[in-house]
Amino acid sequence: MAAGEELTLSSHIQHHLTNAKVCTTEAGVSFNKACSEAGFWTWHIDTIAWSVGLGILFLWLFRSTAKKSTTGVPGKFQCFVEMIVEFVADNVKDTYHGRSKLIAPLALTIFVWVFLMNLMDLVPVDILPFIAQQVGAQAFGMDPHDVYMKIVPTTDINMTAALALGVFILMIGYSIRIKGVTGFVKELTLHPFSTSNLPLQIVLIPFNLLLELIALVAKPFSLALRLFGNLYAGEMIFILIGAIGLMQLPLHFVWAVFHILVIVLQAFVFMMLTIVYLSMASSDNH
Amino acid sequence: MNLNATLIGELIAFAVFVLFCMKFVWPPLMSAIEERQKKIADGLAASERADKDLQIAQEKAKEQLKEAKHQAAEIIEQAKKRAAEIVDSETQRAHQEREKIVAAGQAEVEAERNRVKEELRQQVATLAIAGAERILARQIDAAAQSDIVEKLVAEL
Repeated sequence: MAAGEELTLSSHIQHHLTNAKVCTTEAGVSFNKACSEAGFWTWHIDTIAWSVGLGILFLWLFRSTAKKSTTGVPGKFQCFVEMIVEFVADNVKDTYHGRSKLIAPLALTIFVWVFLMNLMDLVPVDILPFIAQQVGAQAFGMDPHDVYMKIVPTTDINMTAALALGVFILMIGYSIRIKGVTGFVKELTLHPFSTSNLPLQIVLIPFNLLLELIALVAKPFSLALRLFGNLYAGEMIFILIGAIGLMQLPLHFVWAVFHILVIVLQAFVFMMLTIVYLSMASSDNH
Repeated sequence: MNLNATLIGELIAFAVFVLFCMKFVWPPLMSAIEERQKKIADGLAASERADKDLQIAQEKAKEQLKEAKHQAAEIIEQAKKRAAEIVDSETQRAHQEREKIVAAGQAEVEAERNRVKEELRQQVATLAIAGAERILARQIDAAAQSDIVEKLVAEL
């Protein structure tokens, strides 16, 4: 809102919804608008910086607590951390019946990391982008309109897709490890239509494969798009509320309170579905 | 909102975070929680055991107290009986002693009286003789005084 007079509402919203980009062009390392032609090899540095920063914050907080953790009377923060850990451990124990050292830490990482990234949505939408614009304009002599800062990494489809892709790779990995390659292929081809009649079964295989592949691929897609969609929409409404002047204060409060529920719920749902998908991947019976 | 290289970066970050969490965060926290759970369970079991022990000890103490009371009552009973016996026998002995003393005293008194009587008799005889001599010296009328002498002799 640095030069609010010349901004139309749509360009203001557009500005808020654009990531800061870095890419390499013929002219060397370029930023933002210069990257519009760069294609795939563009990096959203704001997404990366915020998400990695929050991830390190999570690991640092939990690691320092773990190092100091006593088996005697725990401190308040240790209690809090242990509450989260036990909550995640209980969910994993209830849902995932195999034995795996990876599932529980994976679920904890997803839950806390996604929650922290979603939490950035509650920071008033204009503050950090405004500061970034000032810093960019004063310190680097950039055009304020060409400084972008999107502080909620989960409103970037790349972030949620990366998480979902990670889970998808693990799903396939677990399927192959538990059932073997043939077991996995059988699962994809012999269900849901199966018959003891061999020629008929061969005819049915393409249909089975199609259905099962769609079901398999739908899982990471739904994971990525659910989180992205919820947070993107929430962010969009914050931006719209932020654009309507003084009336925004009560509206903002109401939406923020509602959003507290959304960000925890989305983090929980992502964690739970990860556990469920991995549990399905590592169970033999279809 | 198009996919780009950020996806790869985030995927790597995700993998690194999960691995770090799996190696350095989850195990110490979980082991601390489990150890504390075990400690608490042990503590609860110990307190339950102590409770049971206390109950047994209380019951034992009650029983011992009852027994002690019983014994004390018995001892008191015996002592009372013994005291009554002692009093009885002493009383009896005292009675016997008194009778003995009284009997001895009476015997002594009797003997003394006999002795005194004998002595008195002799003195009276002497006195009577002396009296008689004096009377005889003044008036020798034996016939007239013979009744006096007779009377004296009869009195003795």
